[in-house]
Amino acid sequence: MKYESQRVAMPYFIFALILFVGQIVFGLILGLQYVVGDFLFPEIPFNVARMVHTNLLIVWLLFGFMGATYYMVPEEAQTELHSPLLAWILFWVFAAAGTLTILGYLFVDYATLADVTLNKLLPTMGREFLEQPTITKIGIALVVVGFLYNIMMTALKGRKTVVNIVLITGLIGLAVLWMFSFYNPGNLAQDKYFWWFVVHLWVEGVWELIMGAILAYVLIKLTGVDREVIEKWLYVIIAMALITGIIGTGHHFFWIGPPEYWLWLGSVFSALEPLPFFMMVIFAFNMINRRRRNHPNKAALLWAMGTAVMAFLGAGVWGFLHTLAPVNYYTHGSQITAAHGHMAFYGAYVMIVLTIISYAVPILRGRPYGNSNTAQIVEMWGFWLMTISMVFITLFLTGAGVLQVWLQRLPESGEALSFMATQDNISLFYWMRTVAGTFFMAGLIVYLGSFFIKGQAAPAEEVRGPAPQDA
Amino acid sequence: MAERFTKSMARNIYLGGSAFFVLLFLALTFDTQVRAMPERDNRDQLTDQVVRGKHVWENNNCVGCHSLMGEGAYFAPELANVFDRRGGGDSETFRAYMNAWMNAMPTNVPGRRQMPNFNLTDKEIDDLSAFLEWTSKIDDNDWPPNIEG
Repeated sequence: MKYESQRVAMPYFIFALILFVGQIVFGLILGLQYVVGDFLFPEIPFNVARMVHTNLLIVWLLFGFMGATYYMVPEEAQTELHSPLLAWILFWVFAAAGTLTILGYLFVDYATLADVTLNKLLPTMGREFLEQPTITKIGIALVVVGFLYNIMMTALKGRKTVVNIVLITGLIGLAVLWMFSFYNPGNLAQDKYFWWFVVHLWVEGVWELIMGAILAYVLIKLTGVDREVIEKWLYVIIAMALITGIIGTGHHFFWIGPPEYWLWLGSVFSALEPLPFFMMVIFAFNMINRRRRNHPNKAALLWAMGTAVMAFLGAGVWGFLHTLAPVNYYTHGSQITAAHGHMAFYGAYVMIVLTIISYAVPILRGRPYGNSNTAQIVEMWGFWLMTISMVFITLFLTGAGVLQVWLQRLPESGEALSFMATQDNISLFYWMRTVAGTFFMAGLIVYLGSFFIKGQAAPAEEVRGPAPQDA
Repeated sequence: MAERFTKSMARNIYLGGSAFFVLLFLALTFDTQVRAMPERDNRDQLTDQVVRGKHVWENNNCVGCHSLMGEGAYFAPELANVFDRRGGGDSETFRAYMNAWMNAMPTNVPGRRQMPNFNLTDKEIDDLSAFLEWTSKIDDNDWPPNIEG
C-alpha cells in the first residue's frame, strides 16, 4: 500500500464478505424450498428469499467493485484519494440503505413495502432484480454519483493509466445504465425491453470493463510483466466484450415482443460473447508464464487464474449452450438459465472481487507479500471447495434443465407434462444441487477462516531481472 | 501478440468498435420501438385496467416465483400463456378461474410449494386477469413451444 487513503477500501471489502454470507444462507433456503415446498412458509416465502438472495449478490458485488476502485485508483494515479471522508460517509449511507432494504424485504409484506415507500409516485418495484423500493434506487444512484465524483477527482489530478481509464469508464457506464431502472412504462413489452438495458448491459457489458481492469491490475502487480503489454491485452479484451455484447443484448429479445430480426442478430453476436472471456484465459496464463517475479501471494494468483477460467466456462460456454434462438426456444426460462446464471456470476464477478480482496487485503493489513503459507493454504482450500461446489451446482441444474426441456417443452400440447409435474420428476437433481450448495457454504466458512490466521509470507523473488519501477 | 500490433491500434479498435456498435444498437432500438413494436404488442388494447393489473403484478412481486414470457423465477408456472392454459382463451372463464384460484391460496398441503394469499380485492383480481390476458396476446414469436409454458 503506497497511499494512506487506500485504507478506505477495507470497510467495503469486509461488508461485501458479510453480505456474501447472507447471500449463501438464503441460497440454501431457496434450494431447500425447491424440494420441501413449504419450508419456512409462510414466514419466508420463496419470492422473499429469492429477492434477498439476488439483491444481496448485486449489492455485495457493488461493494466489492467500490472497494477495488478505492484501492486501485489512488495507486494507479499515484496520488491520495480526493476525499477519504466522502468515501467513509458513502460507505455508511450505502450500508445502512442496503441493510434497511433487506430487512424491509424480510419483515414487511412486499405490497405494504411498496405502499409505505410511495412506490405509486414513481412505480419501479416488482421487477426481477430491480425489486428495491424507489427510494433505495434513488439512494443507490446518489451513492454512485458521489463515488464517481470522488474517484474522478482523484484520477484527474494524477497519472492517467489505461487500467484507471477502463475501470472508470465501466463505472460510469454502470451509473448511466442504472437510470433505466427508473423507466417502467405500463406497456410490459416496452418495460421488458428497457429492463435489459440495466441487466444485460451491466453484466454482459460495462461490468466486463470493470472485471478486465481489476484482472489487469492484479496481473501487473503479481507478475511484474510490462504494463504496456498488459494494457494492450486489456484494450483487445474490452473491445471484444463491447463489440459482441452490445448487439448480443438481442438474445434476450427473442420471446418478449421485439421483431424477428433480433433472432438473427441476437444469435450471431451472442454466440461471439465467449470470445472476450476466452481471451481473458489466454491473457492470464500468458502473463503468468512471462512473469518477471514469483510473487509470494500464491492465493491471489490462483484466484486470478480461477476467475478467468470459471468466467469463460460459466459466462462463455454455459451461455453459448442455450443462446442460439432455435435452442433457446426450448430452454428459455428453464433450469438451464439458472445453471448458466449461477456459474457466470460466480466465475466472473464473485471471483474477480475475491481476487482483488486476496491481493489487497493482506497489504492493507500490513503484510505486503501476502498472508502466511498456512493462511494461503486454507484460503486455497476455500477456493477449491467453493469452485468445485459451484461446478456441481451448475451440472445438477443443467441436468434438471435438460430433463425439464425433455418432459415439459419438447412434447406437443396435451402430451407435455405440466410445470409442477415436471418439477416432481426432477427433484433428485434439486436435492443434489442443495447438497452441493452445502459444500459451497463449507468452502465459504473455510475461506473466511483463512483471514484469522496470523503471520505473513517472505518477500518476492525476482526471476527475470528487476521489475518495472511502477509495478 | 506480434509487436507490430501496438497498444494504440488496440485502443482504436476498442473506441471505434464500441462507438459503432452503440450507434447501431440505438438505431435498432429506434426501429424496434417506433416501427415494429406497435404492430406486435397490441397496444391499442392497453387499457387503464391492464396498467392497473401490471401494478398489482409488481406490487406483489409475482415475478419472485413465476416467470412471465420466460423471465423471472422458475419456482412456479409460466404465466404469459395462463390465459390460454387455464382460461381456454375466454375472458369470463379466465376471470372466474383467477378468482377461485387466488382465494384458495395457500393450499397448505404438507411438503408442497405454497403460494401466499395476497388478500387481493375482486377488482384487483379482475385487473390482474386483464393484464395477463393482454400479455398473452403480445406477438412473442410463438413462445412458449406448448401450452404448458
